[in-house]
Amino acid sequence: MEPIEINQLQKHIDDRANKDVYVHLETTNGAYASHFNEDAYNVGAFIRNAKVKYQRGKVVGAVATYRVGLKLDIGWIYAEGVNQFEINDQNQLLMAGHDREGRLMVSLQISETPFHY
Amino acid sequence: MSEHVVVIYPHPDDEAFGASGTITTFRQKGIPVTYFCGTLGEMGRNMGNPTFANRETLPEIRKEELIKACKVLDINLEMLGYRDKTLEFESTEEVAQHLYTYLEEIKPSLVITHYPGHAVHPDHDAFGAAAIRAVEMIPAQERPVVWAQAISRTHTIELGEPDVVNDVSDVFEKKFDTIQAHKSQADGMLATVKNQEEDIMAAAKQWLGMESFYTWKY
Repeated sequence: MEPIEINQLQKHIDDRANKDVYVHLETTNGAYASHFNEDAYNVGAFIRNAKVKYQRGKVVGAVATYRVGLKLDIGWIYAEGVNQFEINDQNQLLMAGHDREGRLMVSLQISETPFHY
Repeated sequence: MSEHVVVIYPHPDDEAFGASGTITTFRQKGIPVTYFCGTLGEMGRNMGNPTFANRETLPEIRKEELIKACKVLDINLEMLGYRDKTLEFESTEEVAQHLYTYLEEIKPSLVITHYPGHAVHPDHDAFGAAAIRAVEMIPAQERPVVWAQAISRTHTIELGEPDVVNDVSDVFEKKFDTIQAHKSQADGMLATVKNQEEDIMAAAKQWLGMESFYTWKY
């Protein structure tokens, strides 16, 4: 994955608008969060292969951290903290945010074909 | 009954951090060891440091690392094909039945797994419970011994001291090599140790030099 170049990423988001797409959205601080730090809470959520169509998508932010919002006919998809992206060999748009140790904190992925189960 | 050790953990690297020293001592005695690994750790957070994996490439990377780690340990590997983070939502009976089909064939003398309720990660708790249930399906007189590994903060308060405590410092190099075979996981884990210590292997030994288990009472 590469650091986000906002214009390039925006173009990839636009390319996938108004099409049936599959979304993977995830955020996590890990199953061990409260094991290693008693004051922490374990939180996390993921949805894999949600089938949606967005009329508009936009990436906003600067320097280190970006927000991405996808406007659906009757709803929204949102991710904050993404800082890297890539188009993989299956033409899937992968966006993710990592912490200093390289651990994934948030992920938003959009594909015209289902993600591998 | 001939000796054969079966290790049942859900994630590639659970065997490395949890039991690879103990496994090494069994292999040194020529006892066969088979690892039933539940998932490919598809939802792991460690992506290498600097990152080299992504959510879609991680399963294949972790599979390669797992195969490599099992070669280091010289053990048999069976990958059971569940998905990371979902084991607690499967039917315990179905997973137990699945494990039982393997146990019935191998007839192990010892099963090593996680202690349900004291294994911190929901996959650990769920897979440990299924493994113990699977062993329970074997008639009492033929049942292998089960060593259950507890890692919760409260395990010694609630369960007492573990009855099996293996000092694996003599074979620690092998354990360290096994951990390092899981590069995508090890980079992040060892980086935290590295920040504080000069000698990373000595620091890891301090942290991972003992492996302890509770003999399960049916």
